Amino acid sequence: MSFLELNNVHKGFGPANARTEVLRDIELRIEEGEFVAIVGYSGAGKTTLISLVAGLIRPDMGKVKLKGVEITEPGPDRGVVFQNYSLLPWLTVFENIQLAVDQVFPKWSEEQKRAHIDKYIATVNLTPAREKKPSELSGGMRQRVSVARALATEPQILLLDEPLGALDALTRATLQDEIVRIWEQDKRTVVMITNDVDEGIMMADRIVPLSAGPNATLGPSVAVNIPRPRDRKAINHDPEYKEVRRQVIGYLLGEGGKQRTAVSRKLILPDLLPEDLSEPRTLYGTKRKPRRRSETKREQVEVEA
Amino acid sequence: MHWFHRFKLDSFLYPLLGIGLCLLLWYGVAGKSTVTQTKDDWGDTVTITKRHGLSADLPTPAETWEASRSYVLEPFAKRGELDQGILRFTWLSLVLVAQGYALALLLGVPVGFCLGLSKTFAKMFDPIFQVLRPVSPLAWLPLGMVLFLSAKVEMPGGTAYTASELAAIFTIAICSMWPTVLNTAVGVRAIPQDYLNVAKVLKLSRTKTLFKVLLPATLPYMFTGFRLSLGIAWLVIVAAEMLTGRPGVGGFLWQQYNALSYAHIILCILTIGIVGFILDRMMSLVEARFKTA
Ligand SMILES: Nc1ncnc2c1ncn2[C@@H]1O[C@H](COP(=O)(O)OP(=O)(O)OP(=O)(O)O)[C@@H](O)[C@H]1O
Ligand SMILES: [Mg+2]
Repeated sequence: MSFLELNNVHKGFGPANARTEVLRDIELRIEEGEFVAIVGYSGAGKTTLISLVAGLIRPDMGKVKLKGVEITEPGPDRGVVFQNYSLLPWLTVFENIQLAVDQVFPKWSEEQKRAHIDKYIATVNLTPAREKKPSELSGGMRQRVSVARALATEPQILLLDEPLGALDALTRATLQDEIVRIWEQDKRTVVMITNDVDEGIMMADRIVPLSAGPNATLGPSVAVNIPRPRDRKAINHDPEYKEVRRQVIGYLLGEGGKQRTAVSRKLILPDLLPEDLSEPRTLYGTKRKPRRRSETKREQVEVEA
Repeated sequence: MHWFHRFKLDSFLYPLLGIGLCLLLWYGVAGKSTVTQTKDDWGDTVTITKRHGLSADLPTPAETWEASRSYVLEPFAKRGELDQGILRFTWLSLVLVAQGYALALLLGVPVGFCLGLSKTFAKMFDPIFQVLRPVSPLAWLPLGMVLFLSAKVEMPGGTAYTASELAAIFTIAICSMWPTVLNTAVGVRAIPQDYLNVAKVLKLSRTKTLFKVLLPATLPYMFTGFRLSLGIAWLVIVAAEMLTGRPGVGGFLWQQYNALSYAHIILCILTIGIVGFILDRMMSLVEARFKTA
């Protein structure tokens, strides 16, 4: 039994007649302490995958299990760093984290909680911004607050949804190192979503590519056996780096890049009943206008994308 | 120097010019009196004041000022129940408005929350609200009178509300509540899913979600509603006071209309307008504060 398991998970959105199948047949096993990066196209369903693990949505089919227990609802044992920070704008940095800490450690004394919060603010190097509101922070700082909030609840697993997606390359590099440093302190399990293969290789133990949507699925995972600490400048010449990169990108551009043709795209063909001239016209409008049968009956035709 | 720059002549001069033009127009429309003195058949002097003009009985600006002077210059004087300084009347009206308005907010915010949170609630009551919303205060007041006809509410402080007061408060509340209800509902529906996800992941309890997430997130919308509601509450006061004959700006206006002193009507209109403007400005300031938060 793995720490986190996704077995045959399917997820789609929308009512039956206008449905998008987002994820299909997701199989993923993650061991405790592992740092896994999921790399995929934009709109493939990466956030959907994270939300499934977070418990914010339920799979249509299959099971998501943490330590063998099925995940049915969200909970603070899974710390989530959302794609768009999701800080509450009316609270300061400290208060945002405090909201989480108050909830998870209700029995602690005020003093203990304060020290705990300050520790995590310091971990992400934000002590000077402690009393600032999110609107007064830069994108990178907000992202760090979001990471600190997730860490402060001491979750069993950390779910990062493109935590560095909105940042410039330089800030990104700094924060990558910071997240890896924090992870190495207590080796908590991390699932990180990213759209940048290099970021995955820099940070993760293993990279799992997610094919293009709709009907995305996970490709074969690629282990990154580059010793830590990884040197950003030297890594480009590492043969292992080149190999991992070749495999992941190879999958994403090749097999995983093809759009599935099994998508049922709906074509409603005109299907008219001719006007019936024998019906009399009445005051209340006529019944004899041509009737569009397709309004009552839907026909579905599968097309190649 | 800073002060001077902020109130540049432009932003001062043009409004003044506008006011001047309006006064001129007013003067043009208003009636002027000509006083003729003749000797009647008995040899006594008789003064005949004749008014003529577009609207013969409408007083000119100067006449209005002359007639209103004592009310404006001694704004807190009390000479009788319906003969008080203008600010004293304003205060009486404001107190009544405050009570009705407070009731409107107290009812409006929870109703707005229910409307925004529950689809079922919205489906059940939204049509009713849409029907009640455009009903005029003039229509509500008689109903309020009937409702509270035999009611007498004794407050612990020793103050008691009469039927007409209760009816007025009821009317103000029910008329001014709708912007708060609707804006709160819109605000609740506009809460980003992200904030709700945060609450869910942390497993905040229902009350904690309400007070820590939903309420602060809707505050800016609520304050827009509060501002619009205050505008309506102030609008309703005149109707309420007219029909109940309570002392206040509206009551004074009605009484002066019955007494045919038109200058005082104009005084009341200006007072109501200016007070309404100041209230709106104050609420805008509060609203702007919450917008940026
Ligand atoms: N609640 C929802 N209702 C309907 N469709 C949804 C919902 N959530 C996601 N989708 C659809 O699922 C697909 C995948 O969305 P998702 O947000 O998971 O993509 P993503 O991989 O995270 O994209 P990005 O890289 O841009 O963040 C999209 O086509 C989106 O329209
Ligand atoms: Mg996403």
